Amino acid sequence: MTQSRQSPQSPQSLLSLERATVRFDGRPVLDAVDLGVAEGEIVCVLGPSGSGKSTLLRAVAGLQPLDSGSLSLDGRDQARVPAHRRGVGLMFQDHQLFPQRDVDGNVAFGLRMHGFPRAEQDDRVRDLLELVGLPGAARRGVASLSGGEQQRVALARALAPRPRLLMLDEPLGQLDRSLRERLVVELRELFGRLGTTVLAVTHDQGEAFALADRVVVMRDGRIAQSGTPLEVWQRPVDEFVARFLGFDNVVAATVSGQVADTPWGKVPVPEGSAQGPCALLVRPAGVRVVAAGEGLRCTVAARTFRGTHVAVHLSTEGAPRLEAACALREAPEPGDEIGVVFDAAEVVVLRR
Amino acid sequence: MVLPVAFFALFFAYPVAAIVARGLHVDGVWQFGRIGDVLAESGVRHVLWFTVWQALASTALTLLIALPGAYVFARFEFRGKQVLRAVVTVPFVLPTVVVGTAFLALLGRGGLLDELWGVRLDTTVWAILLAHVFFNYAVVVRTVGGLWSQLDPRQEEAARMLGASRFAAWRKVTLPALAPAVAAAALMVFLFTFTSFGVVQILGGPTFATLEVEIYRQTSEIFDLSTAAVLTLVQFAAVGAILAVHAWTVRRRETALRLVDASVTARRPRGAGQWALLAGVLGTVVLLVVLPLAVLVERSFGAPGFGYYEALTNDDGGIFLVAPIEAVGNSLRYALAATAIAVVIGGLAATALARRGAGRLVRGFDALLMLPLGVSAVTVGFGFLIALDEPPLDLRSSWILVPLAQALVGVPFVIRTMLPVLRAVDTRLREAAAVLGASPWRVWREVDLPLVRRALLIAAGFAFAVSLGEFGATVFIARPDNPTLPVAVARLLGRPGDLNYGQAMALSTILMVVCAVALLVLERLRVPSRAGATGEF
Repeated sequence: MTQSRQSPQSPQSLLSLERATVRFDGRPVLDAVDLGVAEGEIVCVLGPSGSGKSTLLRAVAGLQPLDSGSLSLDGRDQARVPAHRRGVGLMFQDHQLFPQRDVDGNVAFGLRMHGFPRAEQDDRVRDLLELVGLPGAARRGVASLSGGEQQRVALARALAPRPRLLMLDEPLGQLDRSLRERLVVELRELFGRLGTTVLAVTHDQGEAFALADRVVVMRDGRIAQSGTPLEVWQRPVDEFVARFLGFDNVVAATVSGQVADTPWGKVPVPEGSAQGPCALLVRPAGVRVVAAGEGLRCTVAARTFRGTHVAVHLSTEGAPRLEAACALREAPEPGDEIGVVFDAAEVVVLRR
Repeated sequence: MVLPVAFFALFFAYPVAAIVARGLHVDGVWQFGRIGDVLAESGVRHVLWFTVWQALASTALTLLIALPGAYVFARFEFRGKQVLRAVVTVPFVLPTVVVGTAFLALLGRGGLLDELWGVRLDTTVWAILLAHVFFNYAVVVRTVGGLWSQLDPRQEEAARMLGASRFAAWRKVTLPALAPAVAAAALMVFLFTFTSFGVVQILGGPTFATLEVEIYRQTSEIFDLSTAAVLTLVQFAAVGAILAVHAWTVRRRETALRLVDASVTARRPRGAGQWALLAGVLGTVVLLVVLPLAVLVERSFGAPGFGYYEALTNDDGGIFLVAPIEAVGNSLRYALAATAIAVVIGGLAATALARRGAGRLVRGFDALLMLPLGVSAVTVGFGFLIALDEPPLDLRSSWILVPLAQALVGVPFVIRTMLPVLRAVDTRLREAAAVLGASPWRVWREVDLPLVRRALLIAAGFAFAVSLGEFGATVFIARPDNPTLPVAVARLLGRPGDLNYGQAMALSTILMVVCAVALLVLERLRVPSRAGATGEF
């Protein structure tokens, strides 16, 4: 397992949580979480709703006290520091722009709270609006802004007081797809240019992988996996992470040597895989369609066009369905009888 | 939270406890049998019976007359609607004394009807019932009409597309949605009329008395404080029960209804029937609301020129130690002080209650704060009288006593006005401000205050109008040399002679004008898109 976890105690950690725990009515929402974020790093917390990721942000912001464990910024414990003295920024899920103020009033709010002189406020607001692509919008009312524009104003507002850590809660959650894909690229570029340290949470894996240097997958208040986007994508550690990333070809298996015994028959596994009972993931790309009579006998149940490939759903006698990714021209028709063989390079042995 | 709780403990709970002790703790022993004894008296039973049936009759009559009005205000668009809405709301903030006087001028001895046709209703129960309708017309129109105007007409249209007739669609779709609002309005009207004091005091004569009036009589005329205390407890229990039922209907009203913006549901009347309905409602408003007030103003000019008004400036009338006109200054001073107290206490309480995650204890306090609204002013005044006139707390000689009592009556209005607005402020807006570096105090100033400023002003206006017209509590505790306007009016009416009568009319007119001005300012401030937010009590 290649888990590149930053040690929470490492000296370059800007933010570090140790066994941070938050309980609602006795139920742990954050359960002994250890997490470090280094200066300049972009970390994305990924998890289904209810996994505790928003609570994590609120705890760091000081809006939610920890029940146990500790939280420090720049090596200083924050237990007794109220939200307005932590010097972190938080961009809320639905922006929470102040409705009675215009764009300028929103962006300048944090600067006013920190007592910046008026002239400096004006300069900084102008610079920031330029930066987020809304030059000249200072006098507009926030109600007249589109969703994407609101998102930009919220970002400018959060960046204005130069927080040492910027946190984003589902930053692109409510925007439509094409806008989201464009903005995520812009955000990554922007943060890289400014050297901002970012802790973001999202339930959208595409967003997390596109934005982050490091992805942290959460489940039930615990960290299930942490690593670079590539590591997490290639080697999910357990069935939960694999299924959360959208992989459905997961079955119980027993590994002995280079072969796993599964309901789909013998499946080859990569060299050096852990031995014994496990869960096994076969990526759709690792399911090869061959002529009927060879390999595992399957019937094509359905096919869906996915743009770059065709997802073919295969049913087999006495085993879960299999999904195969086929090239556009080679995909079999529903009802066809075919054979299937597996590619060891696309098979992952998961922790049970 | 500490300040409001202390305020209510000291100025509400403590006086009420004193009443209980006075009524049931006789000669050093608790005598709960006193309740039975007092209730067994035939006079008392007569009063109880009258209180209940006049309240029921007033409520039924009010609903009958006001529901068509609610429909017209909700569904029709016509010129002058805003003005008309303001006109029907005037009575709601008018002092009871003014209403009593106005109906006296219309229906009483030497009144308009007496002059025209020789008809006098001031010795009959009709005068009381009509005055109650006058008073509560706005309650029904605002509570029911407010909801009605926000009901999506497309729901009825959907029912009609499914084969329901026009009437069946109304009965099956609109009526069930309205029923809780009608029930809530009816309960409020019942509560207000059950505890009616000023109107009955002036129009009831010696024949008719509600519990409130009887408590006042027992206290100030017969000096039987113990019986008064027992009657207060009976009233307390009845009001508590009514409020509990009301809270229950309000909760039911909050069940999911499809609400739309009121501005899209109203349209111009179509066809003779609808125009006739509109005309009927307009006629009712003119006869019921405008006419009594017009007659009141007319009578106040009964003497040549401004005779009655000039007489108000004489301090040799013998009734008061000071000229009646000084009551205007007293009233304004007291009302300002009471408003300040009510806004601070009510604002603090509303802020505490609005905080999300407020525990059950706090929500219970919410209901408790509403008690003075219903528990009736006479209870408050009587409680002050017997609790705060001796050590440890002797405020009898302090001018602050009157504003305190008036504030107690005004606080529920402040809370009712501010709470919905404060609750509507998204907690995350406050959190956003905190994360941007705003301390809790600055969060309140930068986020809450701008959003609730209007509600705060409206609440202050209501508290001001309520304090200005407050009669039941003030009459107990206002000192003879410092009467307020309503108290002065009542005293003038209690004296024989045309001059006193005319002066009462003149003072009432002044009071009405001050209240109407306050209301007009309020109407301008009304929070848009939140129809009924200021009128639903």
